[in-house]
Amino acid sequence: MSIFVDEKTTVLVQGLTGGQGRFHGLRNRDYGTKVVAGVTPGKGGTDVDGIPVYDTVAQAVDATGAVASFVVVPPRFACDAILESAAAGISFIVCITEGIPAQDEALAYNRLVREFPETRLLGPNCPGIISPGKTNIGITSGDIALAGGPVGIVSRSGTLTYQALHELSQQGVGQTTCVGIGGDPVPGTNFIDCLAEFEADPDTRAVMMIGEIGGSEEERAAEFIGAHMTKPVVAYIAGVTAPPGRKMGHAGAIISGSQGTAQAKMEALSAAGVHVTANPTEAGEKMVEIVRGLG
Amino acid sequence: MDLYEYQGKQYFARFGIPSSPGGIADAAEEAVEQAEQAGYPVVVKAQVKVGGRGKAGGIKLAGNPGDVRQAADAILGMDIKGHTVHRVWVEHASDIEKEYYASFTLDRPAKLHLGMLSAAGGVEIEEVAATNPEAIARLHVNPCDGLDEATARRWVDEAGLDEVARDGAAKLLVNLYHCFVEGDCDLVEINPLILTPDGAVHALDAKVTLDENAAFRHPEWELLAGTESEDPREKMAKEKGLNYIGLEGTVGIIANGAGLAMSTLDVVNQVGGAAANFLDIGGGANAAVMTAALEVINADPSVRSILVNIFGGITRVDDVATGVIEALSSVEIRSPIVLRLDGTNAEAGRALLAPHLSDRVLAEPTMLAAARRAVELAR
Repeated sequence: MSIFVDEKTTVLVQGLTGGQGRFHGLRNRDYGTKVVAGVTPGKGGTDVDGIPVYDTVAQAVDATGAVASFVVVPPRFACDAILESAAAGISFIVCITEGIPAQDEALAYNRLVREFPETRLLGPNCPGIISPGKTNIGITSGDIALAGGPVGIVSRSGTLTYQALHELSQQGVGQTTCVGIGGDPVPGTNFIDCLAEFEADPDTRAVMMIGEIGGSEEERAAEFIGAHMTKPVVAYIAGVTAPPGRKMGHAGAIISGSQGTAQAKMEALSAAGVHVTANPTEAGEKMVEIVRGLG
Repeated sequence: MDLYEYQGKQYFARFGIPSSPGGIADAAEEAVEQAEQAGYPVVVKAQVKVGGRGKAGGIKLAGNPGDVRQAADAILGMDIKGHTVHRVWVEHASDIEKEYYASFTLDRPAKLHLGMLSAAGGVEIEEVAATNPEAIARLHVNPCDGLDEATARRWVDEAGLDEVARDGAAKLLVNLYHCFVEGDCDLVEINPLILTPDGAVHALDAKVTLDENAAFRHPEWELLAGTESEDPREKMAKEKGLNYIGLEGTVGIIANGAGLAMSTLDVVNQVGGAAANFLDIGGGANAAVMTAALEVINADPSVRSILVNIFGGITRVDDVATGVIEALSSVEIRSPIVLRLDGTNAEAGRALLAPHLSDRVLAEPTMLAAARRAVELAR
């Protein structure tokens, strides 16, 4: 099984008529994702390679029954796009947009929680979600993923996610679902949301978790793993050598004072029984070893 | 982007947050002119983006032109924790009855705004938090609701500010919240927030961090130029639109994706080296961006080897290889370069690269092997 999405999930793309939206939307469709509609205000009635485009999400949902949305719009429009989807009844939103102002993001997150509690947001600033062989919503390359499980992946970083997929796929170890939760300060979906789903998913037998400096999500995940997870977890945390007070690329990747260091996260995870590794290659090797041992 | 104190106070003024009258000076004579306007006695304050200015001697009281000249001469050019002082702020010295603390930031775990208010200001708030945590009144604000004056007033009562200060403080805090939200700040902090003998409340210091993601709706931020880093490498990288942070080591790093770039720094460290920089060239990794990246690395005299770590996802490795080859033909690299290209179409990419390899341009199949080689070359 997969978590959050599967081969039946119908997806609309907000921003399908833009360069990025078209590129990734069509790639997702080629992968097998049910991309049923696009939404661009003012472009209703047109189509992108046969995919009908609507002016509003509500119209697209009425016409196609889409249940998920892929948001590929510039930062200044992204939060409105997310809230429009939620208001139209979309239950799963993937937002890849990087560079959304933090105040907009915090407001949108809290509006979702208050007004649309049934809607799950993945991202912003994330690579999306792929369930190999079933569906791919986002910008992950389907070529580096391998269907069949048994590993679930959850990650804050894009390229490190790809690296992890690649390391496992090359060794013949497949993935049930790979979720990129994104590198922003207020992610809609966090590690714990994904870990809980993986723990409940019978096909997922081990989980790889990739974190980075900043915030305390990894520490909270460690508490959750210690208390609630029976499946083995391998973790890698990027940024051991990152200097304090500097944003390492991602808006959320910053050490402030003694908060958010890689060391603290690794210690918390180790204490919770997680296999903590020193680099992505080691993480891949450790996971391959664990999967082979599962028999 | 961090603002200097004087810029923070100017920013505060836009939102109706009062501070002492004053002005900036880059030379002693200018400081005297500013002091004449502000009215004696004045305080001459070093403008650096680092805490502990007072202890370092970067803040001096002056009662007459001679004192101001002397203070400015002493402070300008001073080194405070590695930051050279190029500018001072001269303001009228306030009579201080009480010192408080106020700030707003994002509480990431709670995903809410967090206000912190304390009647024990003037010292490091981390110190107060550690030794006397109940002296800080914390207020979570849901961005959907914002902060109204009634809530601010209850918060001020809870923090135990002096009775005479409470109305003024509540108004100021509402304005500070507006500054935080509408001003698109990651952090606004006033320490100390002072009560004067005549019952007024105003900001004696200002710490403001702007969210650069919101720059598109703040054209006025361009006027805050000069807030950039003093690192010439970072200036150059910024001009070229690269996501670069200068570090102390000798291995120049080029990687795609923030996570992979951070991870590359770690791996270089694990095999006994040290990175000269963090540089994330993003997903594309085409010839133009690779050229720009190599130019920035080249300009860093401490770099002794270069490590290029690219993972091709949707960007295929053969395209990345073509970009690298083009970039290497247009930039003469000062140090040997080790390339690790992996991902989609890796073999085709490596085949393209093969004829271009030499004792100055090397390839390694894995991140770890590439890091080892680059570190050896940097010795």
